[in-house]
Amino acid sequence: MAVEKMALAKAINESLRRALETDPKVLVMGEDVGKLGGVFRVTDGLQKDFGESRVIDTPLAESGIVGTAIGLALRGYRPVVEIQFDGFVFPAYDQIVTQLAKMHARSLGKVKLPVVVRIPYGGGIGAVEHHSESPEALFAHVSGLKVVSPSNAGDAYWMMQQAIQSDDPVIFFEPKRRYWDKAEVNTEAIPGPLHKARVVREGTDLTLVAYGPMVKLCQEVADAAAEEGRSLEILDLRSVSPLDFDSIQASVEKTRRLVVVHEAPVFFGSGAEIAARITERCFYHLEAPVLRVGGYHAPYPPARLEEEYLPGLDRVLDAVDRSLAY
Amino acid sequence: MTVESTAARTTRRSAGTTGGTAGKRTTAKSTAAKKPAAAKKSPSGEPELVQLLTPEGKRVKSAAYDKYVTGITPEDLRGLYRDMVLTRRFDAEATSLQRQGELGLWASLLGQEAAQIGSGRATREDDYVFPTYREHGVAWCRGVDPTNLLGMFRGVNNGGWDPNSNNFHLYTIVIGSQTLHATGYAMGVAKDGADSAVIAYFGDGASSQGDVAESFTFSAVYNAPVVFFCQNNQWAISEPTERQTRVPLYQRAQGYGFPGVRVDGNDVLACLAVTRWALERARGGEGPTLVEAYTYRMGAHTTSDDPSKYRADEEREAWEAKDPILRLRRYLEASNHADEGFFAELEAESEALGKRVREAVRAMPDPDHFAIFENVYADGHALVDEERAQFAAYQASFADGEGA
Ligand SMILES: Cc1ncc(C[n+]2csc(CCOP(=O)(O)OP(=O)(O)O)c2C)c(N)n1
Repeated sequence: MAVEKMALAKAINESLRRALETDPKVLVMGEDVGKLGGVFRVTDGLQKDFGESRVIDTPLAESGIVGTAIGLALRGYRPVVEIQFDGFVFPAYDQIVTQLAKMHARSLGKVKLPVVVRIPYGGGIGAVEHHSESPEALFAHVSGLKVVSPSNAGDAYWMMQQAIQSDDPVIFFEPKRRYWDKAEVNTEAIPGPLHKARVVREGTDLTLVAYGPMVKLCQEVADAAAEEGRSLEILDLRSVSPLDFDSIQASVEKTRRLVVVHEAPVFFGSGAEIAARITERCFYHLEAPVLRVGGYHAPYPPARLEEEYLPGLDRVLDAVDRSLAY
Repeated sequence: MTVESTAARTTRRSAGTTGGTAGKRTTAKSTAAKKPAAAKKSPSGEPELVQLLTPEGKRVKSAAYDKYVTGITPEDLRGLYRDMVLTRRFDAEATSLQRQGELGLWASLLGQEAAQIGSGRATREDDYVFPTYREHGVAWCRGVDPTNLLGMFRGVNNGGWDPNSNNFHLYTIVIGSQTLHATGYAMGVAKDGADSAVIAYFGDGASSQGDVAESFTFSAVYNAPVVFFCQNNQWAISEPTERQTRVPLYQRAQGYGFPGVRVDGNDVLACLAVTRWALERARGGEGPTLVEAYTYRMGAHTTSDDPSKYRADEEREAWEAKDPILRLRRYLEASNHADEGFFAELEAESEALGKRVREAVRAMPDPDHFAIFENVYADGHALVDEERAQFAAYQASFADGEGA
């Protein structure tokens, strides 16, 4: 069967399995990815089937993980590394920003670094600090990196294939609170381009733009709005860098209103970039300023406050109301 | 993982007070071999380390370290025992509170009581402690109310105690970061001409982090009065120590130019003696020391972890025979330093602590929603003020809606 319902984590597992099977140069690396199968079990069973030289438990050192992955890539391998949680990518940030992102340019295109950095990200799972953050803007700001985030199992499966096949480094943000959500995965589909946004739902009154964990929330928002007679269009960006501005523009030209939703802090976030560009591109189409819903300019709060911090149904609906009120 | 291979992971002996710095050994070549060096065993088959109490509770002599515990009285020994028992009780209570949904997560110290109480009791009031996230026993020694440790695990705060009231820094989740803070703090102590010392805790997994290597470099170069206390509990989540290092960890110190010692981490007396020695070196201007407390994490890494995926039950059973609390109890009983009455009283005290912890956790209020915006900046920030105001207006809009 080419179409199967599976959880998002399982879809990534299947995708990694396929990559390991089809390309002997693909490696999976990270802390606890072997016997344990990763703390979220995304790499479950891979070491058993592909051995310790393909699925590598690394020392507890993120700079080391990314730095050696760069070396392996220089030698012709295609490492897929796991950073255990969002907040732990920072020891590796130097390697990612100063080396991984820049080497292709510095070598005048001679060197390619097909490295995928997988990062479970975002909140909503009641974790302690540094386990719930959304640092995608910090990476999108850096040229030389691609930054993507699937929102469902089917996309996760194919986007991982495409990320591994990409000759550029890809920061692959996995929405950890959606790991257990099931969706259909067609392992024989011909996927669209990695960076193309997807219209999740058509609508006429307002466009909601989201990616990763917030796409599901936007679907709930659109359902709730529909009960009030409002027709919302939802765009799942799938990629934060590059950003598919054409798809957003097309949608905004139709609905004339845009609300961007992400978990990361709004200030200097990806919504700011979207708002600025769309204002530029669609100035005469817009009936309202582009609004953003996201986190505050404050540290990610302790678990008992995260529901206040994270965008929820009401906060997005509130923004929808404000936009429609213009 | 069998008992043999656990013992086999440990190789070289610590050499008295200068530990791994002796430099006479011919280990460099063998460790440079392609495969991880087949670890040498001592004649007994056990790792060789500083030990003052055997697992059977027998007092053994140590020419180098006995002098650090000569003045110890039966009362002191009972105190160490009490500390370990109460810390274990606190830990067990937290574990069950997690299972009951009162805590989001718990990192248990089960099995590491001797390493923590021994080293913690070696510190002086004016010393400063930089823990990771499992140092509940050290916190106890520093006089931090154990219920204060639970806030972050319950999810009501991200730390929640004033590090300066007990010279016990906040827990650090990002692995290894605090070793640099400890080093910098120690550099400050030295600059001030003070004679206190600093101690930094971390795990065997953390030893792989660049920050830890950098803290070794800085502390050595600036001769900082800091003790690096590595609790080698054999595992970093699912990865055994040999996934982090090919030489016994205490030997790392040699390459940085300061002594390293391996101590039996399940022997509270030895941990006390070795840490006192290391802290005295620091106070005396002799610079950093690395202490590797060779111990075992008896439970899961945290309550989210499932050790059955990666380790065999027999390994834990073998370590249970070296239980730090049992060991001291045997010694106390054999030497008539404690009677039935003491143990019974302690049991009652332990029950009371358990009850107090349960009640305190259940009574812990959820934080005020506006806490999100508190203490983001010391000087304040216009954007935070603006977002707080928006948040307030938004909250108020619900109240209006409900009223209407
Ligand atoms: C920089 C960083 N990477 C990964 C993690 C996730 N993590 C938390 S604890 C841990 C293992 C730590 O092992 P060790 O240092 O031996 O200490 P132990 O928990 O065994 O006491 C890992 C990988 C983290 N907290 N920080």
